[in-house]
Amino acid sequence: MTTPSDLERREFLRQLGVAGLVLAVDATGVHRLEAMPAFFAAGDPLQPSVHLSIGEDGLVTVICHRSEMGQGIRTALCMVMADELEADWTTIHLEQAIGDPKYGDQNTDGSSSIRSGSYMRFRMAGAAARQMLEHSAAAEWGVPASTVTARNGAVVHAATNRSLPFGKLVARARTLPVPAAPTLKDASQFRFIGKDVAGLDLHDILTGRAIYGQDAKMAGMKIAVILHPPVYGASVASVDSAAALRVTGVERVITLATTPIPSGFQPLGGVAVIASSTWAALQGRRALQVTWTASPNDAHDSTAYRAQLEASARAPGRIARQQGDVTAALASAANKVTAEYYAPHLAHAPMEPPAALASVTADGCECWACTQNPQAARDEVAAALKIPKEKVICHVTLLGGAFGRKSKPDYVVEAALLSREMRTPVKVVWSREDDIQNGYPHTVAFQHLEGALDANGKVTAWLHRVASPSISSTFAPDQTDLSDGELALGILDQPYAIPNYQAESCKAEGHSRIGWYRSVSNVPHAFAISSFIDELAHAAGRDPRDFILALLGPDRIVDMTKVGAVKPVDNYGDNWETHPLDTARYRKVLELVTKEAGWGKRLPQGEGLGVAVHRSFLTYVAVVVHAKVTAQGEIVIPRVDIAMDCGFAVHPERVRSQAEGAVIMGLSNAITSELSFRNGRVVQSNYHDYQVLRMSAAPRELHVHLAASGGPPGGVGEPGVPPVAPALANAIFAATGKRIRTLPVGRQLAGAQ
Amino acid sequence: MRLTVNGTPRTYDGDPAQPLLWYLRDELGLTGTKFGCGISACGACTVHVDGTAMQSCVTPMMALADKKVTTIEGLSANGDHPVQQAWAEANVPQCGYCQSGQMMAAAALLQRTPRPTAADIDSAMSAVLCRCGTYTRIRAAILAASAGGR
Repeated sequence: MTTPSDLERREFLRQLGVAGLVLAVDATGVHRLEAMPAFFAAGDPLQPSVHLSIGEDGLVTVICHRSEMGQGIRTALCMVMADELEADWTTIHLEQAIGDPKYGDQNTDGSSSIRSGSYMRFRMAGAAARQMLEHSAAAEWGVPASTVTARNGAVVHAATNRSLPFGKLVARARTLPVPAAPTLKDASQFRFIGKDVAGLDLHDILTGRAIYGQDAKMAGMKIAVILHPPVYGASVASVDSAAALRVTGVERVITLATTPIPSGFQPLGGVAVIASSTWAALQGRRALQVTWTASPNDAHDSTAYRAQLEASARAPGRIARQQGDVTAALASAANKVTAEYYAPHLAHAPMEPPAALASVTADGCECWACTQNPQAARDEVAAALKIPKEKVICHVTLLGGAFGRKSKPDYVVEAALLSREMRTPVKVVWSREDDIQNGYPHTVAFQHLEGALDANGKVTAWLHRVASPSISSTFAPDQTDLSDGELALGILDQPYAIPNYQAESCKAEGHSRIGWYRSVSNVPHAFAISSFIDELAHAAGRDPRDFILALLGPDRIVDMTKVGAVKPVDNYGDNWETHPLDTARYRKVLELVTKEAGWGKRLPQGEGLGVAVHRSFLTYVAVVVHAKVTAQGEIVIPRVDIAMDCGFAVHPERVRSQAEGAVIMGLSNAITSELSFRNGRVVQSNYHDYQVLRMSAAPRELHVHLAASGGPPGGVGEPGVPPVAPALANAIFAATGKRIRTLPVGRQLAGAQ
Repeated sequence: MRLTVNGTPRTYDGDPAQPLLWYLRDELGLTGTKFGCGISACGACTVHVDGTAMQSCVTPMMALADKKVTTIEGLSANGDHPVQQAWAEANVPQCGYCQSGQMMAAAALLQRTPRPTAADIDSAMSAVLCRCGTYTRIRAAILAASAGGR
């Protein structure tokens, strides 16, 4: 590590008494986190931003408004602030913000924390404070401000060898105006940004002290578990709670109203068992006898639904992007290729099932939750309790994984409703079964693609139809196909130089809640697109890597106003000027990953390499999977290489870890995971039948190649996932000649060798 | 009944069927041991019982009379067990939720097999899921913490 050790930082905080508070938090739960300001010294702190507070004792408190779920954002934002401030890393104290619009957008999804503004906002705040401290020191010494420099927690006047620590300058600095346009550091001066820094939560995680939503507690707290309706839209018809109430420790059984379809962020309803312990609540739930009302989704069946999607995608849909004349070009093709791809629903299945603690009193509601979205939690709780949102305080714990699930605060609302009813603090604990069966599944997609090759093996036409239920259907009625925002995730923004191109969105009604899942519709879209490119390459008799390079065409910025999109194409909420679609960046990650992976090397029978490249969340990623298929049809993965160009990498060590995790999650998506419905109910219930990758199936080698090109930062958490499944499917084809068009691979390879 | 948790003698007279997981979390406040599945499918709740890795979510209290239970909070006094040190050096955790179970499983493995092979590691550790995907770093950290790695 290039920075002072975390132990030094903890020792500084201990001497200030702050570490004592941290230990107190361990003993009593998270309730006392907000007691922090009392530890500041007598004078008011310097607070040039809602994200920064510097005390007269020298303590530098960085207020992180984004949720931590393993991506390292709490550490990264402290690095950015400390760097521009020229803070002493050992004096940094991290505070997690409550949900409050004063922090701007807090919804920690879309791989947006760094790229969408926090990076520059934190730099500006740190630089403004540094400048105020420098001016204060200059005034103190009566020297020109240009002759002093902040360095590692103090301002120094080199000419006279004088130095004042930040804490001694706070009283004067807080009387100064906050500069609107402070001078930012040159990148060559960075001490933390772009360097490897140990995570601020690491020690607590390693010693079991880290507090997640499931760990939150308060004096007098009750535990609730909820039997949710098994079918989306059903509600409680009758409850026999007698047996549940006989379970020792069970105190009450409460029926919760079902939110009508589309239910958005509000709860599903059901029957809650409230008890003095989690075990009692779980036992009580098992003893409930509940009948449910009929739902319009009672007949939903994934096998029948797939047939509906197939029929839908085999007929014309709503045209969303159109260039040239795809029909004529397909009709005159020397070689026409048609292929169809199916990717099932997926469950987020974060290791920590959702949980929330709420305390409703006459004053309002205070809650603690593993939420990605504390402002939405606050808004939804206020709406459900019918109180002003100013009376709702939502604290954010650490998140034990999230992947999009914990952006939806239904479980926080459940805790608030039950606390109001019980007149005590209530923690709602979701079990794994709740998480798998009552979540917000990732969409299911059936895609129909047709491609035309001319006599030289050049792609002259491409038709892409997708039938996939929209996230919008969870929030608004009559949403019967993908939104343009979802189509922009890989389809409307596909960069390839194809003269005749058409993308169509076909009907697909939702029959469950549908939610965003790490990489969202990029997952099925990239699977279809990068698999189909591989199919075309083989049809043309070309090497897949060379074929992709040819399809990308010459290096260029694709003018997104001239791609035939019916409506302006969204760019992950950013603009196309600062984050253009740049085919050179696709090319570079593709060339890098294939070089590193030894593309073209000879492999034994039954082994193969597959490649895919995809841009999402403003970041370019290419993956090569080396797959081996055994005689029993099992997949073994000796090696995966992943190259990522995320622009400027603020915290490279965590960029690497996110890329590694994306490979593992992408392989789970591709090999083992499937959520399906029968009679309107989710078939799977826990990790035994909703399977995710275990260590034994993980790649033997996993190599991350950062190709950070230095431009504005792109997203990091999600873009590694989409190219993994097609790279695997293409590797399986290279190994066996069997084309995987339906995910997960599961047992499809039995007998393939 | 009596048992020992992280070196402290305890008596228990509650529901004998209650899993150790909920006794640790709800009654002793030892929340480092995590709830992930409740059916011994994920290993987030892994603790040591008389030195052996056990999944506390399916271990009833009645099975623990006179046993010594060690949780992540008791693995070392200062977070300096070789496994914890290796985990820090390799920056293994992402969200961290499964890592107590991972480290307890790894510590038990190294106790019984000080020089594990790659196959030994995969065999012992495949009981503990990580949804963030830290498996390759866990493998490296276990090798670093093993007798061969130090």
